[in-house]
Amino acid sequence: MAEYIITTEKGKWEVICGLEIHCQIISKSKIFSGASTEFGDDVNENVSFVDAGMPGMLPTLNKECVHQAVKTGLGLNAVINKYSQFSRKNYFYADLPQGYQITQFEYPIVGEGAIDIDLSDGTSKIIRIERMHIEQDAGKSIHDMSPTKSFIDLNRAGVGLMEIVTKPDFRSPEEAGAFLKKLRSIVRYLGTCDGNMDEGSMRCDASISVRPVGSVELRPRAEVKNVNSVKFVMQAIEYEAKRQVELYEKGETMEQQTRQFDSVNGVTKFMRKKEFSNDYRYFPEPDLPPLILTDEFINKIKSELVELPDVKKARFVKDMGLTAYDAMVICENKETAEFFEKAAKGHDAKKVANWLMGDFFAMLNEKKLELKDSPVSAENLGALVELITTNVINGKTAKDVFAIMAETGDNPEKIVEEKGLKQVTDTSAIEKMIDDLLASATDNVAAYRGGKVGLFGWFVGQIMKQSQGKANPTLVNELLKKKLG
Amino acid sequence: MENLTNLTVNESLKKLKAKEISPIELTQAYIDKMADNAKYNAYVTQTAEQAIEAAKEAEKKYMNGTNRPLEGIALGIKDLFCTKGIRTTACSHIIDNFVPQYESTVTQNLLDDGAIFLGKLNLDEFAMGGSNETSCFGPVVNPWSKETKLVAGGSSGGSAAAVAAKMCAAATGTDTGGSIREPAAFCGVTGIKPTYGRCSRYGIVAFASSLDQAGPICKDVTDCALLLNSMASYDAKDSTSSKNEIPDFSSFIGKDIKGLKVGIPVEYRPDGLNAEVAEYWDKAADILKAAGAEVISINLPHTKYALPTYYVIAPAEASSNLARYDGVRYGNRVEGNGLDELYINTRTAGFGAEVKRRILIGTYVLSAGYYDAYYLKAQKVRRLIKNDFDEAFKKCDIILTPTSPIEPFAIGDTKMLENPINMYLNDVFTVSVNLAGLPAMSLPIGLSKNGLPFGMQLIGKAFDEGTIFKTAYQLERGANFVRM
Amino acid sequence: MAVDNDMVRNIAFLSRLSVKQDKLEETKQEFNKILAWVEELGEVNTDNVEPLVSVNNESLLLREDEVTAGQMSEKVLANAPAKEFGYFVVPKVVE
Repeated sequence: MAEYIITTEKGKWEVICGLEIHCQIISKSKIFSGASTEFGDDVNENVSFVDAGMPGMLPTLNKECVHQAVKTGLGLNAVINKYSQFSRKNYFYADLPQGYQITQFEYPIVGEGAIDIDLSDGTSKIIRIERMHIEQDAGKSIHDMSPTKSFIDLNRAGVGLMEIVTKPDFRSPEEAGAFLKKLRSIVRYLGTCDGNMDEGSMRCDASISVRPVGSVELRPRAEVKNVNSVKFVMQAIEYEAKRQVELYEKGETMEQQTRQFDSVNGVTKFMRKKEFSNDYRYFPEPDLPPLILTDEFINKIKSELVELPDVKKARFVKDMGLTAYDAMVICENKETAEFFEKAAKGHDAKKVANWLMGDFFAMLNEKKLELKDSPVSAENLGALVELITTNVINGKTAKDVFAIMAETGDNPEKIVEEKGLKQVTDTSAIEKMIDDLLASATDNVAAYRGGKVGLFGWFVGQIMKQSQGKANPTLVNELLKKKLG
Repeated sequence: MENLTNLTVNESLKKLKAKEISPIELTQAYIDKMADNAKYNAYVTQTAEQAIEAAKEAEKKYMNGTNRPLEGIALGIKDLFCTKGIRTTACSHIIDNFVPQYESTVTQNLLDDGAIFLGKLNLDEFAMGGSNETSCFGPVVNPWSKETKLVAGGSSGGSAAAVAAKMCAAATGTDTGGSIREPAAFCGVTGIKPTYGRCSRYGIVAFASSLDQAGPICKDVTDCALLLNSMASYDAKDSTSSKNEIPDFSSFIGKDIKGLKVGIPVEYRPDGLNAEVAEYWDKAADILKAAGAEVISINLPHTKYALPTYYVIAPAEASSNLARYDGVRYGNRVEGNGLDELYINTRTAGFGAEVKRRILIGTYVLSAGYYDAYYLKAQKVRRLIKNDFDEAFKKCDIILTPTSPIEPFAIGDTKMLENPINMYLNDVFTVSVNLAGLPAMSLPIGLSKNGLPFGMQLIGKAFDEGTIFKTAYQLERGANFVRM
Repeated sequence: MAVDNDMVRNIAFLSRLSVKQDKLEETKQEFNKILAWVEELGEVNTDNVEPLVSVNNESLLLREDEVTAGQMSEKVLANAPAKEFGYFVVPKVVE
């Protein structure tokens, strides 16, 4: 495993990092109210009296949010806690209508878990999950619409969140990045969160500290809050670790603190410390009795769980002979993996994988299309590969056929038939072409036989041209060698 | 017209169904009586016009036989219940202009059964108090007052006074530490706090979530059964609402109590207990014995810790429940330089002294470093208090105690004012019941030598309001208390 | 455990209430009276006692995931002391 060590003139330092990720739960209504979770609607339109913290309003727990949390916990290979409790986290802020957030403090719904991450050097590492709980999101404050006023929209207030806390197992920015990608992949597979960091449906806080290599102490952490992309998380860790090393090497110390990431300049900045530190006064939410989950409930969800990326990846490697890297790329996205599997069914999986990751994705990119809108269906991609494998067409022809498929959406057999693109595999026909060529290109034949072996390619090219590219290249090579000597 | 307001709800319904009286004249009789409100300050909002319109509709229903269980019965609603389109203030300046866009489940149940609302009734601000003196609209005057103005009890002082002064047929109240029972006792009327979870808390301005319960305050036990039948329901909008089957509470009226075991808790009878209160307690026990019950001694060992337990838990929950009153989405706003100043200015100006006191205590007992010693400790003692009752109810079916250790005192009584704890001590007989989530009723037993009402409390097992109703009915008959 | 003036100010701020300088002493004393009384709870042996979290022991019932509320911004804003363009308005917050 490659180590990420910060080496200076004075010493060697390692980075200790933990992540806290908030994932918005995919559900129709909010976690404690019946208002819609739809993004982008008119201001304060998806707000119920409960969300607005009106007098006498009470929370009711959304069944789907519990399902999604259990699913996610299973996807994290974590313990599902049959007994969990809701708590109030008390503080005042404009986007928090009740003056408290309903969350889970002492008894979260999901306990310890672990997931594997794959690193670029081919190794993998286990990252341990500390816990996961569910809670409500806050509303949105808009500060830049007026010089003296801030505007509050409560549409987001009350949307369900899953908060995942890892143990401080990360030792490099790369590890953190790999974890976030993996987590995103898992929640997208499960359909529990859409994982769009840029839209805010997945948010990450990183806790970072450093220590001299070899020491086991844990120094004060800096918590960098609300970083909204994988790339920025990695940058923030890199920057902050270096900053702390410099600080310590100057002989300074630091306190535990909260920081912000300035993505424009790539630096972390200290967040103003408040006069009175916030004491959240957590206590059990009296409006919600404890949540008790039965084995039945959990097992039903387990049985309905989709195949997760790691399992799928392992299966692709074992059963279909894909390389670990190819399997990882294909499995990152559930839809891609499903498309691939359909395309590869009954065909040469490795070839299909190559076509998928190469020409196929290039085509989608160029046409600016999503996979679901692909003009080339999975079956047709598979059929194309089949034509190559069975020597009906050669590789070069296949590219032409693919281009036509992308334009017309037709199946490859039809295209080959109509355009008469079948590969010429008739040995005698090729032999005749070769004989004709050798008879007419006597100078080159002599030169070749005299030692200019580089000319072989010219001969191949001529036969391919003569056959309008349809001759089977392998056969051409074989026969030419025989006849040229 | 005047003596129509003497009728109980039960008697009124009989006459209405028999078409002997019309809902319009009945409602008008109460509206006429509401002219006395200047004396008592029971109503803080009056809705006479809407009431008459509703009475007209009620009459139609009686005419075509589609009358519902409480059709045409005119009620006063404690101003803690959110009533759609009708100002709801919790008797606090901070929301004295709030008009809810939704109806509480309890008041909706009453409306669905044909009840008519006469107006909103005074209470201690945010239900915090035992004398209805902390209301931003001024204190309620007990209708039993003679030369000196006496308190009506609290927090549902307006409800109890309105019923006693016949300014409504019955009223709704809420009870967190005794707020239905104590004012009922002080005003010589009957009130019941049902088991926690019987009535929905949806739409009731929250004080202490794990203790609050709605209940009726009426002229007598029979009326309480009728009102509770309507008010109680399972409500999916309240996650603490109980699915426990709701019986017809009226069916218990008149049932005999032969062999019923009545428990008298030893710890509720210390040496210093007011002699008159003790005497009435004995009288009540005798009445029940005469009706065939057996009276036994029981123990509730953690009684002395009930008050401090309550005064940790209730303020703690209140401090959190009242955080929403910040002038941003509703209420009276006092501007400030920046968000925190807005909050501080609005809340400091809007909340009264007792509310502020309890918020501060509540914030403190939940704060870091103190949570274990106070809040967590109190929650554990609470379990012991509940266990005490569970044990006691293995030996008896119902528990008999006085409701209040004292008779109604003067408004502005200095002893009460010099130390907030003195007011808190009045709750000694009532708070355990809320801590244990049990049902309890207060009904009048007699008058003190000063001519002021005393009440007796009957505490039942969880969800066993039925035993309370049948026992209370016998006690009421034997006491023969003459209402105002 | 008695509180001092700093603690009162801290608690007041956490509660977003202001206590006037001249009322600080009085508030502190009232506070302390109540706390001393409440301290009696310390006498009770609560070893191995579970805190009472749900008084009627009902377990939490789950709600079906349907959109049943919202689409009523007018009602939500009806009581707002300050509103503009459909938003609630507060003094500008400096992050």
